Amino acid sequence: MYPADFRYTKEHEWIKVDGDSGTVGITDYAQHELGDVVFVELPKVGTKLNAGQSLGTVESVKAVSEIYCPVSGEITAVNSALAEAPEKLNQDPHGAAWLVKLKLANKSDAQSLMDAAAYESYIAAKDKEASA
Amino acid sequence: MLGSVARELFENHSVTTPATAELRKTALNSTHRRLGAKMVNFGGWDMPVEYSGILAEHQAVRTRAGLFDVSHMGEIEIRGPEALELVQFVTCNDAANLVIGQAQYSGLMTPKGTFVDDLLVHKISDAHYLLCVNASNQEKDFDHIVRYNRFGADVENAGPRYSQLAIQGPGAKALLQQFTKVPLDSLHYYHFAFGRVNGVDCLIARTGYTGEDGFEIYFSSEHSEKMWDYLLDAGQAIGMLPCGLGARNTLRLEAAMCLYGHEIDDSTTPWEAGLAWICKPDKGDFLGRDKLIAQRQRGIDRKLIGFEMLERLIARDGYVVSHDGQEVGRVTSGGPAPFLKKNIGMAYVPAKLAVVGSRIEIIVRGQASPARIVELPFYKRPKPN
Repeated sequence: MYPADFRYTKEHEWIKVDGDSGTVGITDYAQHELGDVVFVELPKVGTKLNAGQSLGTVESVKAVSEIYCPVSGEITAVNSALAEAPEKLNQDPHGAAWLVKLKLANKSDAQSLMDAAAYESYIAAKDKEASA
Repeated sequence: MLGSVARELFENHSVTTPATAELRKTALNSTHRRLGAKMVNFGGWDMPVEYSGILAEHQAVRTRAGLFDVSHMGEIEIRGPEALELVQFVTCNDAANLVIGQAQYSGLMTPKGTFVDDLLVHKISDAHYLLCVNASNQEKDFDHIVRYNRFGADVENAGPRYSQLAIQGPGAKALLQQFTKVPLDSLHYYHFAFGRVNGVDCLIARTGYTGEDGFEIYFSSEHSEKMWDYLLDAGQAIGMLPCGLGARNTLRLEAAMCLYGHEIDDSTTPWEAGLAWICKPDKGDFLGRDKLIAQRQRGIDRKLIGFEMLERLIARDGYVVSHDGQEVGRVTSGGPAPFLKKNIGMAYVPAKLAVVGSRIEIIVRGQASPARIVELPFYKRPKPN
């Protein structure tokens, strides 16, 4: 379910690192919790962000959620298809519905984030908490 | 990113539930979980927010049918020869106008003429009224009614005895008719009848909170699972979906129906909320009557309006409304209107600004986004044949 070559945050973003660039999105768990996504707001290319800074906003029918930048870097591309088709985030959150691409400030920053196995146990614990 | 989701729009502002408190459950709790519903804490109740998705559920109700478990709603029964006097004294609409088998939307009033709650008053007989009240207000409402029961009527908090299902949408009538001999065609809007549905004794009311034709049925809670399963199975043939509180909220917002804790609360009056049609000071004495007469004579300072966003941004509950750069009010309910495919909301603004067609701005993440004041309701169902 959760790609092994991604890294994950506690706020349910993912990043896939390739050399000195990274692709960022939200996880399948996140899209499921949000429900039907109806609006996506992303930063401009060239924006410099530190890890933890707001990257943009995803709105579902019922909720507004801020997306945080998993690592520091500069935005090199945004997925403009999401403006017209925000529902793609529900359909393919780990693929076609990536949010932004970054030029990483430090190639190794993502190493400190969770790997797929750690993220899966993290959300399993959350689900258990919710149904308790 | 999801920190905000859980506590988002389904919080009922009228109550605060301690995190450690045991959530209350309807008789269908395990049924909802079996169906894979996403559950939320709604005013202290563990309730389904969505099953297949809010957009699909909303569309199902507008075009086919939807089934809602609304057993969390409260029922208060008032009995005795003094029942009407008590109902008249605590509510603002004129219950003396009701005939047996008729229901009425009304307000439970404070002595200030503001809302303790909004409710449906059903006249079962001259000496028996059933009030349907909001889930998280039922104890407060009960205490309030008892406190002002100087008439000696019998007041019962009957919520725990009842389950309530709402069958809503253009296909609701034909579907429900399969399960009952009560002739639903002759049951008019805001009327009710007693009869069996699927062999279970029910109060069948032609009421709802979606803006569509539909029914709300009240019955003894031990029959809940059987009733739910039969209706849902039969509804599959017409594309009926089980619907959660998410769609219930978007449907009522499109229909511009008030939600307690949002459009109305103990600081708002019926005049301000656009509910003059349920406020009848001429009926005789009731709680808040003098204040309401005085406010009507003086004129209201603020008024509930509906607006449409003119750009793509979405207004949400609590966002600031501004005009000429000045804060003039707050959004009471805002969000996408899935059927109308617009972003809409309701808000209180100064009465002099409450003019259909005029511009306001909604502050979305620090930016003023333009909106236009429009007629309410946003959505009106097509006239039935």
